[in-house]
Amino acid sequence: MFKFLEPNRIFSITSRAPKYVLVLFVIVLTIGLIESLILSPEDYKQSHSVRIMYVHVPAAWITLGIFSTITLLSIFGYIFKLRNFFLISKSFAPSGFIFNLIALVTGSIWGKPTWGTWWAWDARITSMLILALFYLIYLLAWRIYENKDQVYKITSIITILGIINVPITKYSVDWWNTLHQPASINILSKSSIHSSMLFPLIIMTAAFALFSLLIFLMKYNTELIKIKNKGLDRL
Amino acid sequence: MINELLLMNGYGLYVWSSFIFTLISFTSLYLIIKIQYIKEKNKFIAKFGTLNSERATFAKSQGTIKEILSNTSNI
Repeated sequence: MFKFLEPNRIFSITSRAPKYVLVLFVIVLTIGLIESLILSPEDYKQSHSVRIMYVHVPAAWITLGIFSTITLLSIFGYIFKLRNFFLISKSFAPSGFIFNLIALVTGSIWGKPTWGTWWAWDARITSMLILALFYLIYLLAWRIYENKDQVYKITSIITILGIINVPITKYSVDWWNTLHQPASINILSKSSIHSSMLFPLIIMTAAFALFSLLIFLMKYNTELIKIKNKGLDRL
Repeated sequence: MINELLLMNGYGLYVWSSFIFTLISFTSLYLIIKIQYIKEKNKFIAKFGTLNSERATFAKSQGTIKEILSNTSNI
């Protein structure tokens, strides 16, 4: 059923793709940086500090997206006994964790001129910190456990527990009174953000997505070579 | 123009530090993953070099191994 997802078939694509993704990422990031730092307008309330949004928001979106993907892959991997799904999940985790850190740090930097504080134990910020801890535990589990069946089980449990935190993070600004502003962009209804700010935000999101794809491809190739190294030992 | 871009009405420190932190994070992660990749690949090439011709032929018949050997890119 999932023959097209076999490592041998995937590797023929993933081994060639990183160089093209890297070039595309550099191009899109350059356009995104010019748009967000020079061409986009300043906000009437927040002035130039609004530019932090162009790194903070895409990082937050992508880290939540990656964690959801990891969870889905882990659950399907566990149900259908697909080792490759765990390998894909493991390869996505480093970029997800880095984007989580970026969202936390840039959010903290943005908080200082906007709220007058670097940190607040606010629902959105705290749930993002919890997500970072789940990423950390997930990555550590892969390092600690040698037994494959054990690591598949433990990482699946970590992601299932962690995914509970994802909707809390997303809707925390609607459910509770928080310092963090509500979402400005809604897929289902009209967004409150002007197109002159939306465009750089979309470009930067595309650049960040390309970066996570690049890291995923490189990590996935490394993991496959690691497996083949073990295979050569047995020859 | 340059001063305006750097200072950003007093918000320059916050904005630039956010962007610089992001770019440093990207570069660090990219380098870490790239080093891991090169290390594993070199290990593979060294191990493959020690195989006798019969085992090497068998190993080469496996799709992924052929791909690793043919792919000389270090990305």
